[in-house]
Amino acid sequence: MMLLEAQRLSKAFGGLRAVDEVDLAVAAGSITGIIGPNGAGKTTFFNVISRALPASGGRIVFDGRDVTTLEAHQVARLGIARTFQATTLFGEATALDNVLVGYRQRTSAGVIDALIRTRRLAREERDAHDAAHQALDFVGLAGHAERRAQDLTQEQQKRLAIALALVAKPRLLLLDEPSAGINAEQTRGLIALIESIAATGVTVLLIEHQMQVVMQLCRRIMVLDYGKKIAEGTPDEIRQDPAVLDAYLGRH
Amino acid sequence: MAALVKWVALVVAVILPLVLPNEYYLQILTQAYVFAISACGLNVILGLAGQLSLAHAGFFGIGAYAVALLATKAGVSFWLGLPAGVALCALSGYAVGSICLRSKGHYFAIFTMAVGIIIHLVIQKWESLTHGHIGVIGIPGPGPIGPISFDSAIARSYLALFFLVATVFAITRLVRSPVGRTWMAVRESEPLAAAVGVNVMAAKRLAFMISAALAGLAGGLFAGFIGFLGPEAANVETTFNTLLYVMVGGIGSLSGPVAGTFIVYGLSQVLAVLHEYQMVIFGLALVLLILFMPAGLAGAMRSLMRPRPARVKPQ
Repeated sequence: MMLLEAQRLSKAFGGLRAVDEVDLAVAAGSITGIIGPNGAGKTTFFNVISRALPASGGRIVFDGRDVTTLEAHQVARLGIARTFQATTLFGEATALDNVLVGYRQRTSAGVIDALIRTRRLAREERDAHDAAHQALDFVGLAGHAERRAQDLTQEQQKRLAIALALVAKPRLLLLDEPSAGINAEQTRGLIALIESIAATGVTVLLIEHQMQVVMQLCRRIMVLDYGKKIAEGTPDEIRQDPAVLDAYLGRH
Repeated sequence: MAALVKWVALVVAVILPLVLPNEYYLQILTQAYVFAISACGLNVILGLAGQLSLAHAGFFGIGAYAVALLATKAGVSFWLGLPAGVALCALSGYAVGSICLRSKGHYFAIFTMAVGIIIHLVIQKWESLTHGHIGVIGIPGPGPIGPISFDSAIARSYLALFFLVATVFAITRLVRSPVGRTWMAVRESEPLAAAVGVNVMAAKRLAFMISAALAGLAGGLFAGFIGFLGPEAANVETTFNTLLYVMVGGIGSLSGPVAGTFIVYGLSQVLAVLHEYQMVIFGLALVLLILFMPAGLAGAMRSLMRPRPARVKPQ
């Protein structure tokens, strides 16, 4: 079953076609990679799928439902979570509060609940804290709940961003260059974390520059260049694809 | 420690009206309470949701004129006029917010400043309703509730204090709830907030509504206590004064806006003798404040009380 389908998806900035009629189908439960040279349109593709940017053309179908015109917070509530390339967190807040915000979409307590402290608020807060601590535990930040996000190391921040994306139990997780800015050993830890995320049934779609990470994690890979899909296949197929070699090793 | 400071402040606030030497000081104190409510309101949209709204005095004016005109034109009592004014401000906050909040950052500040100026102009020019420059006179104050009469200056100061404490209490509860956490998220990063399912527009609009409603509450109390109301209550200068209170006290802190109001408003009344130079002094103080204490008094207190992290020396 296909969880996510992009159909002739396009995004143009003025005359620049950053994403140009890209088709991609992501199978439920899989780990799929997107690679391509700098400026190939990978992050723009993510931004359009997560509705941070409106599409210029084409359709996005998530779990059989057309989500092309929904707003970012609406697709998040349907179960599409993401991280950002430049690790984005609520820096001033504690790690726990960061993750609690991620759980907010599952709760409904509002102003009145907050003012008179209703039972609903108490119940939701209990659930939220349980889920948040579980998520922190899962990414290996159990002891850091009360630290400010901006005081964490780069690696811890990456893990926190993943906890924040996972806490509301999404069905699809978009990871934008998870290994950027961390060392080889930390990258190995991150690969293990992504594998354990996929093992819980979450479908993962990731952008990655480090080939070894992509080749190790992904069963399917899509290659973008100048906004167009130039190849799609298994890691072995991609390794031998002449168009891919051309895009990476230079043009004639 | 912080809790202790709060209780001491509350005890002082309760005793203060009893020991002030004359009614003039009592009135200044009451006004300080009223403006502190307005400053807390501005802090909701600015400090909690992170949006600089400069329409604040406009909403203060709407609340004040609602109470004043309902009482003088329709004979509506203060106790009905006040909630009506607050509701009107919340509604207009919703409407104005729905439009203004589509813009961001500086554009939002400029947009809301224009809204504030328009509200001021409407109040000033709609003479058949508001009497323009002459203003509204003879606004009846709050009537008695059961055996408690609010005719004396001292009773009114306690009434204002009651509303201020209720305001701070309500905002504190909101901040320490999922609602406050959602505002934090919007303030820190809108793209991330949206990506984790926060309806950013709704969160900002809620803060804007609450902010406008509190400005209206302060305005309504102001009109009822002073008994006279002119259009200058709603002008942009009033907004900037309120902004100064919030900045001196500490943007985003819970008690900062109250402390800031007391210091700045109190000083401006004491310095009223030096009226001509008042703005020079405040201007200079503001520059120094932004340079050395960008988080205001509350921020400075926090960093004094927080234990400094031990510095690890490089080997």
